[in-house]
Amino acid sequence: MLITCPYCGPRDVIEFTYQGDANRTRPDPASTDQAAWNVYTYDRVNTLGDHAEYWQHSGGCRSHLKLVRSTLTHAISSTAFVRDHGEKKSASRRKPGAAT
Amino acid sequence: MVEQVSPLGPAWKSGRHNVTGTAPGVTLAETRPGSIVQVAAWPGEEKAVIDAVRAVTGLKLPDGAGGGIATEHKAAFGFAPGKFMVVTQVEGIEAELLKAIPNNVGTVTGLSHGRTALRVSGPKAEWVLGKLYAIDFALPAFPLHAGRSTMHHDVFTQIQRTGADQFDLYVFRSFARSFWTTLCHAAEEVGYEVR
Repeated sequence: MLITCPYCGPRDVIEFTYQGDANRTRPDPASTDQAAWNVYTYDRVNTLGDHAEYWQHSGGCRSHLKLVRSTLTHAISSTAFVRDHGEKKSASRRKPGAAT
Repeated sequence: MVEQVSPLGPAWKSGRHNVTGTAPGVTLAETRPGSIVQVAAWPGEEKAVIDAVRAVTGLKLPDGAGGGIATEHKAAFGFAPGKFMVVTQVEGIEAELLKAIPNNVGTVTGLSHGRTALRVSGPKAEWVLGKLYAIDFALPAFPLHAGRSTMHHDVFTQIQRTGADQFDLYVFRSFARSFWTTLCHAAEEVGYEVR
């Protein structure tokens, strides 16, 4: 699997570290809503198809990336720096009841 | 000046090894720069840092991913967004860069004691390095003076192409002897000379 780092170009997946599901929305750190934290911590959408994910180019420029990977084919349809990427919340990728 | 102690130790064996023809496929060397410094710009301050590097070293560092510049005694290249490696044979560049780059513009980190600089040159340099790293070393993909960050078996390496057939590698000092040994093994196939 190749991931095209926006800085370094296409690199082997061995240079990258998966950093988690990018479909979740972290509750307000001051929130004491246990249900919301439970959803954030444990619930996953288990997507079939395009899935937004965080990765780090840990064996390269060390940038944190947000990309969309197909869980069916591993094809990567978009890659961007996290710091340049506004968080897009897609209701269709969220589990019912997940915090917004 | 205090003489540098090489981390390569007994693994550094001068002379020709496995050379069957008239010339070795690659020449391996430790360049021992006086200063190895990492400079990082806060977002939006990249140009100010590039200008500061130019003011201190005289190197016209190009903007853009992996862009670099190298002369006989000094070099600089980008290896990550807003981050640059500055290498000179002169000691003390870190202090000058610290004066030129205030805290609100960027950071300066001295790596002279943390990295070992190795040079691979010769007609088979691309071939030997291509066996170790999963990146394209061909000239169109890896232009002259450009920099790359990559790794070989978890040994993180910053690489600059300092000549058509010449690459400078910066590896963690603690991994240097092991990596040098690996490099020698990779070069056995084409014959190598250690200088």
